[in-house]
Amino acid sequence: MATDTTAPQISRRDILRAAAIAAPALVIGIRIDGAFAATAPTGFTPNAMLTIDQAGAVTLSLPKTEMGQGVYTSITMLIAEEMEVAPQAIRIDIPDGETGKFGKLDQGTGGSTSIRECWEPVRQAAADARAALVNAAAVQWKVPASECRAEAGKIVHASGKRTLPYGAVVATAAKLPVPEKTPLKPATAGFKVIGKPQHRLDSPAKVRGEAEYGIDVRLPGMKVATLAQSPVFGGTLATVDEAAALKVKGVTQIVRLPDAVAVVADHYWAAKKGLEALAPTWKEGDNATAAQDAIVASYAKAAQEPGASAMSEGGLDAAMMAKAMAGATKRVSAVYEQPFLAHAAMEPGNCVVHVKDGGCEIWTGTQVPGSARDEAAKALGVPVEKVVLHNRLMGGGFGRRLEVDYVTRTLEVARQVQAPVKLIWSREEDMQHDLYRPFYHDALEAGLDADGKPVAWTHKITGSSIMARLYPQYYKGVDADAVDGSVKTPYTLPAQQVAYIRHESAVPTSWWRGVGGARSAFVVESFMDELAHAAGADPIAYRRALTSDPRTQAVLDLVAEKSGWNTPAPAGRARGVALIHTWDTYMAQVVEVEKHPENGVRVVKVTAAVDCGQPINPLGIEAQVEGGIIFGLTAALFGEVTMADGRIEQSNFHDYRLLRISEAPVISTHIVPSDQAVGGMGEPPVATIMPALANAVFALTGKRVRKLPIVKALTA
Amino acid sequence: MTTTVNVNGVDRTVDVDEDMPLLWVIRDVLGMTGTKFGCGAGLCGACTVHIDGEAQFACQTPIASVGASKVLTIEAMKDSVVGKAVQDAWIETDVVQCGYCQPGQIMRASALLAKSPQPTDAEIDEVMYTNLCRCGCYPRIRAAIHHAAAAKVTA
Repeated sequence: MATDTTAPQISRRDILRAAAIAAPALVIGIRIDGAFAATAPTGFTPNAMLTIDQAGAVTLSLPKTEMGQGVYTSITMLIAEEMEVAPQAIRIDIPDGETGKFGKLDQGTGGSTSIRECWEPVRQAAADARAALVNAAAVQWKVPASECRAEAGKIVHASGKRTLPYGAVVATAAKLPVPEKTPLKPATAGFKVIGKPQHRLDSPAKVRGEAEYGIDVRLPGMKVATLAQSPVFGGTLATVDEAAALKVKGVTQIVRLPDAVAVVADHYWAAKKGLEALAPTWKEGDNATAAQDAIVASYAKAAQEPGASAMSEGGLDAAMMAKAMAGATKRVSAVYEQPFLAHAAMEPGNCVVHVKDGGCEIWTGTQVPGSARDEAAKALGVPVEKVVLHNRLMGGGFGRRLEVDYVTRTLEVARQVQAPVKLIWSREEDMQHDLYRPFYHDALEAGLDADGKPVAWTHKITGSSIMARLYPQYYKGVDADAVDGSVKTPYTLPAQQVAYIRHESAVPTSWWRGVGGARSAFVVESFMDELAHAAGADPIAYRRALTSDPRTQAVLDLVAEKSGWNTPAPAGRARGVALIHTWDTYMAQVVEVEKHPENGVRVVKVTAAVDCGQPINPLGIEAQVEGGIIFGLTAALFGEVTMADGRIEQSNFHDYRLLRISEAPVISTHIVPSDQAVGGMGEPPVATIMPALANAVFALTGKRVRKLPIVKALTA
Repeated sequence: MTTTVNVNGVDRTVDVDEDMPLLWVIRDVLGMTGTKFGCGAGLCGACTVHIDGEAQFACQTPIASVGASKVLTIEAMKDSVVGKAVQDAWIETDVVQCGYCQPGQIMRASALLAKSPQPTDAEIDEVMYTNLCRCGCYPRIRAAIHHAAAAKVTA
């Protein structure tokens, strides 16, 4: 299969030409409403992302995955800008998973990277496609290409007298070389689409219930299964009452696995009843006695180790740090703990797999379609070409669908079933077999000078390393994600040491929206607030004085202005602030809170100022800010996953609370106009709100919450 | 057990156990996937449908309890004056993110507006409280309900 690649030894033009010729077989995808989409055989496919058919319709093969964050709209806007078409006119296909399909631009979607990774190559693909159409028109008109330009889906001749719609030149374009490195529109020329408010393109299908998520996939002859996995991590299946399960109407098969068992049926309800009748028992294994208090204590103990320096080239040695600290007139220290958290996406885990013909076909919603396919091939022991992975929309990702266990587990079941099988995790199973946001223990100490400014700053980070689990070959003792936002803070810290200690427990861990940067933000911004208090300074003025970066200062100034920071909070209310500069985005938030009889605190309003470089879709940025704040409030207020007897104690939304509409604050978002390099937007709002809230709680109650969640801390 | 249930104006006869929740009849037997599975316990509202005009959790409604009641799902909302106004307001105010909970939110909101054409924020919170949104679309859900209320009045 031809792919767009930037591998230096291969001419990009050769590859693009090959793609154009091979177009009919190549470009197949799915629309979000599940409609099968195959490109017209006579279309022009300048690269793996784009096809223009003979009617002039532009089809985008979406290079990133949509889980709600809005790339379905924002990436399409990048194409629209350079292709000179309206975003609404572009057809969007969700492509199958294929590593290398878009060259260096991987389909994997996480870490607030989509816009940052797509900004150049997506616009380049569109600009080259547009240039190809211009060249084709020039050939047809027998005029120099320099006399032709693209405008509103047509090629226009400089004379103004001749135009050709895109569709009328695609046949010619397919026979010509595709231009490379076509100059991109500079921001100074004025964008037509980028930076302009754009309604989401996926709304119509989603509000009509027509959008197809992984769990909605239906195939002829498909079975539906559900499963129980060992409730203790690492345990194995002991006994099942297979006869009782098979008596349940609609149950067709029991699939036993070493550490799990699945009931296969005609529909989910039969599978669920069958699983109850099956009454599996377990050999619980080594983790049978794992308990929360012991886990928490083990982190505190591990934190006594010196750890590995996370500073570049080791930073200052102990003697130099001690000397800097000795120069302080005041010392402040604090220990913070952040709990394990579940992802709790609204769509529970699920996957459809049909094992057949020496390979398999997979239908699922995944953040990593390429590597999910690769992992499935590995698990099945077949070449990757024998595996087809059809990606679908995700009912929330938040990092959960960066893991491929939904796929590999379903594959284990499907290998024993002579039909396509859809495996659905019950909510309880999903919550108790997540890969959780890691528990972290952070210990900080700062020395302040007579003016209250930090002269020394030490920070020891103890927690699970997701990087070490996933990429052991690159792990050298410091998890780069775990220290993100702690080594490089928004502030100028004259003497700084940050150390990392890897420590694992019986609870499996993975990426969770905000990743390491959000964990750091809670700690660094809470501690910065403690320093401001110790210095008797205003929290915004204190922060502002510790940075000389104008963009950092600008978001602080903007949030101060828009939140009314310099006027007293209304009676009974208090405000807190936090600042981050991570994911190439600057964000400051001010939270206003009041007391609440049951929760201890109620969040009244949040003001956010953001500089994410060149904005793509202001409406999308606002949505990410609002959604990220509410996601972060859920975590900061309520979020905690705990273990008892080796089992996760929480099971559904009654004991793993999510914020509800009645608890949602008023949120206002203020975007700094910018033409600077693009920044990420999925995670900064989550990272900023958690410390901002803790700081507001301190201002309101005088209680410094160093162990999340806040409601527990206030009501205990 | 063979039973007949009226879904979106059509009588459908299904052969299922009487305790099977309406959710799974709709999704797995009738093949209409707009109604979503979220918790299976009446805690999230993703499965909200109308039963004789009342917003109900389909995951907590045994099929045998439906009887002659008329069931409406998200697939029927485009043909309902209120439902269509709500869907349009949802699009206009960009409520949707992942979208998974939105069929349930729209069913709950359209049942509210059918009874209370100009709800206050407090009324919205009280009624919509049952429906979770993990993406955090709540401020826009409030705005969209007001938007739909206004649109319906002027329509």
